[in-house]
Amino acid sequence: MFELSMRDRKRRMTNYFSLAVICVLAFMAIAPLFFIFSYLLIRGWSGLTIEFFTEIPKPVGEVGGGMANAISGSLVLMAIASMIGVPLGLICGMALSELKKTFTARVLRVSVDLLTSVPSIVIGLFAYALVVVPMKGYSAWAGGFALSIVMVPIVARSTEEILKLVPRAVHEAGLALGIPRWKVLVRLIVPGVRSGIVTGVLLASARVSGETAPLLFTAFSNSYGFRGFSSPTASLPVQIYTYATSHDETWRQLAWTGALVLVFVVFCLNLLTRFLVRRQ
Amino acid sequence: MELAAKVEVPMLALETEKLSAWFGDNHVVKEVSLSVVKNDVFSLIGPSGCGKSTFIRCLNRLHEEGEGAKVNGDVYIEGLAKSGGRENIYASGIDPVSVRRRIGMVFQKPNPFPGLSIFENVASGLRLAQVVRRNVLEEVVEMSLIQAALWDEVKDQLKKPGTSLSGGQQQRLCIARALAVRPQILLMDEPTSALDPISTARIEELVMRLRNDVTVVIVTHNMQQAARISNQTAFFLMGELVELGPTSRIFTKPKDIRTEQYITGRFG
Repeated sequence: MFELSMRDRKRRMTNYFSLAVICVLAFMAIAPLFFIFSYLLIRGWSGLTIEFFTEIPKPVGEVGGGMANAISGSLVLMAIASMIGVPLGLICGMALSELKKTFTARVLRVSVDLLTSVPSIVIGLFAYALVVVPMKGYSAWAGGFALSIVMVPIVARSTEEILKLVPRAVHEAGLALGIPRWKVLVRLIVPGVRSGIVTGVLLASARVSGETAPLLFTAFSNSYGFRGFSSPTASLPVQIYTYATSHDETWRQLAWTGALVLVFVVFCLNLLTRFLVRRQ
Repeated sequence: MELAAKVEVPMLALETEKLSAWFGDNHVVKEVSLSVVKNDVFSLIGPSGCGKSTFIRCLNRLHEEGEGAKVNGDVYIEGLAKSGGRENIYASGIDPVSVRRRIGMVFQKPNPFPGLSIFENVASGLRLAQVVRRNVLEEVVEMSLIQAALWDEVKDQLKKPGTSLSGGQQQRLCIARALAVRPQILLMDEPTSALDPISTARIEELVMRLRNDVTVVIVTHNMQQAARISNQTAFFLMGELVELGPTSRIFTKPKDIRTEQYITGRFG
């Protein structure tokens, strides 16, 4: 028989104790996620009706109404943001991967990283000065533009990372056929990593779908639904912000449900990304 | 008189004059001058790191794509009569892209384009480097695959991804892809070193048949391979061309002591 010495016993105890501490800490780290989900479900579920998706908000004091204006507005803003941000981000990412360690690439890479860390409220201010002031009014254009600036660095860096994974040999195979460098990249390399690039775009979309600050004084908000790209446009995050801080019970309920929907959408986008990554 | 008229001067497909190449400060190819006869199979042998791969990569101006890479010297290929029958691919103003359309390359590891079908892989060079009609394209793809001895194996699955083939098939796919643009010279950089013996034998057979259409310059680690498939062999050592001659002579009566030591297995 192997007798456990005192020292061995002590070692085992320390082991079990450490494991327990790590488990508790790990749980504490992810607990907020579960709390947020469950709390949103408890508070938001009751407001999750068809009305929520189809009706615009009712004036203060009246019962009912929904967030159709914010949902449609968010979709419009996301579409504009993607239309500007995705191509710019892709081009930037391709340039980064192609230029590699040249001076231009280094400057570009640092700039992209800096852009990632610019507070989003500052990006909002930038869009305000650049679009809202000349257009003399809040608009979907301005909001979409602000969001696109948030998207660019995320798309750029993820595209660069994906392209870096393509073996040098594939580039050379293309070059050796007498295909110009840019065509090798755009027509031969990029199609091979399509799903990886889409993943980056989805992550960027998930990120900006919850952005509030860049929209506060660019897209602003409205309570009547989409009225054209040059009009103030509602969005889920801004609407949630406004309603959650109001004193009207119906509005506060709408804010809870809106938050639930928003979190669910972001959650789905993230799951989709994971699925695409795994399939690769 | 009659006899003298029949003696032909062999047409040269390729000539290098004092070709040097560097990686940064590392001088890896040192003033190599040699010539390759048209429709010949020319092999380059030598121990690892002797510069033979770098040398061959200078012949289609691919070396310069690497970081810190530099080339000096001239490479002439057979050209139009108006340019005196030969053209310098390193002359100023020559676009490396146009050079690479005339000099194809097959690499050590099969490298089909990921995400592209077998058909698209073979068609890629034509489609992206030249303007070609669809029906012509189909014809060229079929011909190239036949030439690369792959057609029978893949004719029913042209839409499958190129990466779904076996290693040996992938390498023949890469050969078909290189042949599709009708190069006048085909460079092969250890094309069989990643393959099993059966696939290797098939590619060697293929190379010997290809010489009717193109001039082949092949780098090989395998001396038996050089002996089997080539007419001329060059021995490289530490970036220098040590000896050059008919393959049979190089392997039976080498003039340089270093060549003899290498082929008898005393180093490398």
